[in-house]
Amino acid sequence: MLVGTTLYALINTAILALMAIGFNLTFGISGIANFAYGAFYVLAAYGIWGMLNLLHLNYLIAVFIAVLTNMILGALIYRFVLLRVRGQALSEVIATFGIGLAILELFSYFGWVGFEYTLPVFMDKSYIIAGTYVDFQRLAILGFSAILIFGLWWFTHHTATGLAFRGIAQDERTALTFGIDSDWIATLSVSFGAGVAAVAALFIIPLGSISPGEGYDVLIKALAVCIIGGLGSTGGVIAASFIVGFAERFTDTYIGSHWTMIVSLVAILVVLTIKPSGLFGKQKELEERI
Amino acid sequence: MKNRKERIDRGIKARSSDIFALLSWREMLYLAAPRVLPVVGCLVLPLVLGAYWQKVLLSVAVFALLAISWDILAQTGMVSLGQALFFGVGAYLSGVMNHYWGLNPLITIPIASVMGGLICTLLLLPVLRLRGIYFSMVTLIIPLILVRVVEATKIFGGTEGLSGMTPLPSKWIELYLVMAVLLTALFGFRRMMDSDYGLVLKGINDNDRSVINAGINIYWFKAQSLFIAGALGAFCGAFMTHVYMFVGMPVFALDYSILPIAAAIVGGPGTLAGATLGAFILVPLSEALRGFGGLRIVLYGAFLVIFIVALPEGIFHYLQRKYHQFERWTEVEK
Repeated sequence: MLVGTTLYALINTAILALMAIGFNLTFGISGIANFAYGAFYVLAAYGIWGMLNLLHLNYLIAVFIAVLTNMILGALIYRFVLLRVRGQALSEVIATFGIGLAILELFSYFGWVGFEYTLPVFMDKSYIIAGTYVDFQRLAILGFSAILIFGLWWFTHHTATGLAFRGIAQDERTALTFGIDSDWIATLSVSFGAGVAAVAALFIIPLGSISPGEGYDVLIKALAVCIIGGLGSTGGVIAASFIVGFAERFTDTYIGSHWTMIVSLVAILVVLTIKPSGLFGKQKELEERI
Repeated sequence: MKNRKERIDRGIKARSSDIFALLSWREMLYLAAPRVLPVVGCLVLPLVLGAYWQKVLLSVAVFALLAISWDILAQTGMVSLGQALFFGVGAYLSGVMNHYWGLNPLITIPIASVMGGLICTLLLLPVLRLRGIYFSMVTLIIPLILVRVVEATKIFGGTEGLSGMTPLPSKWIELYLVMAVLLTALFGFRRMMDSDYGLVLKGINDNDRSVINAGINIYWFKAQSLFIAGALGAFCGAFMTHVYMFVGMPVFALDYSILPIAAAIVGGPGTLAGATLGAFILVPLSEALRGFGGLRIVLYGAFLVIFIVALPEGIFHYLQRKYHQFERWTEVEK
């Protein structure tokens, strides 16, 4: 039981990291808390579902189109909405929250909820590891999360665009003097964040089903992980995913499934109250609290 | 004889936009109209509307109060994404007092308002130091936690909620109670925000560090602002509990968080009147669109985005400016 719980906690950690990394990418670079993140996640999931089941497209083509659509949509939202309220953090939050709300509630209006609304697993196989059943999909998530996090780390540390990303994150004006177009980089950051949300949906949705409520859950979980880890810090995301991931699984097994959400929410509250910049956050203290 | 155009407010405005020199009843009317009309409207509307639209008017007033409460907080530099917290706490307080102790609604509503304000202030006291979106995130999360806590611990009826509350004595008392509170809150708090006290609150929003520099304890003022907003929100919750004769988990629903923000943004933040105007536009609109069901929230979302981008000042500021630009023909003096 303990080994099994630990294994599933590890997978839960990977799922959380996968959910949070896109949100974290956008916030870490452009400082935009993209509250439409959960909506992007659900949008991509429904998009792929529709292309597979209604248009009968090839799986890979459908995935490609969904990720691309999400990225373009993210860029458009930045260009036409966020650019006009840039720098006013609260207007950004309200605007993205409004967009997310509109998308999610539109889907719940269509009423596409049920077990048939799910994505295919990659391979219908399962293994027995240390006496516990684990299906291939969960292992794929575990592997892919690690690859994605490493990939993003490499991207932001060893490519010109990635370094420009970090430059904007550190000091926008200084970055401007080095000829980095901050608006373009911020557009890319929102766009990449939306793209990662689509990829996360691709991996995580096959475990359950698509529903608009999922969008709110993803947003809250991404917020929880990013706040606990420190907004904008990749190391923090990993650490916080571990904390929340293990805490959730263990409360689920030993206390009750009703309490899992409460654990992560209370964790956010405690971290925000004690150290709002998060465990690994390097944001300027004065911007968060006085 | 030649005519020229003259701005109506030119002769009246003595020095600044809020000190006036009045010479005639006509000028008095020009100034008083935008203030008297809503008061008369609020008092007459319950009499002329049918039973269905009276119910709508109730929820308009409640959402207007929630929006005013949001606006007071926002003017103090605390943007809340969870007005449902205030609403829900007030609703549960009066529900519990009525259900378990059988107290009269006219007693539970005031007690729930004050107690609700106190509880919300105490809940948010640890995060008063947070600024900007960090405060917003906390307010977004707390109602979600409370819903899950009620669900997990099954207190106060759990998922079923408590039903069978005592209703208010008559629908006229309901209507005029909420209208009286709305008008008092609107004009009273507008006055408060214009006073020196309000100046300190607005100062915290504009530049909290310079308010600290002036030797003012901003946390004490933020706590007071929270109490005012919390009590106002709790009143709404307590009132609606007795109107619906039910209290349950839906009181923490997203509707009560989003609609007030949408109303304040659409109407124009920073004036309280704008928030009220927004509620008077959005709530009947959403009633009219009731046939579309869930599309209403889509609409709020779209409104939020459009107004934040295209008309960030909101309708009220726009109308106010246009009203002061009215012109009339006058004779050119020889």
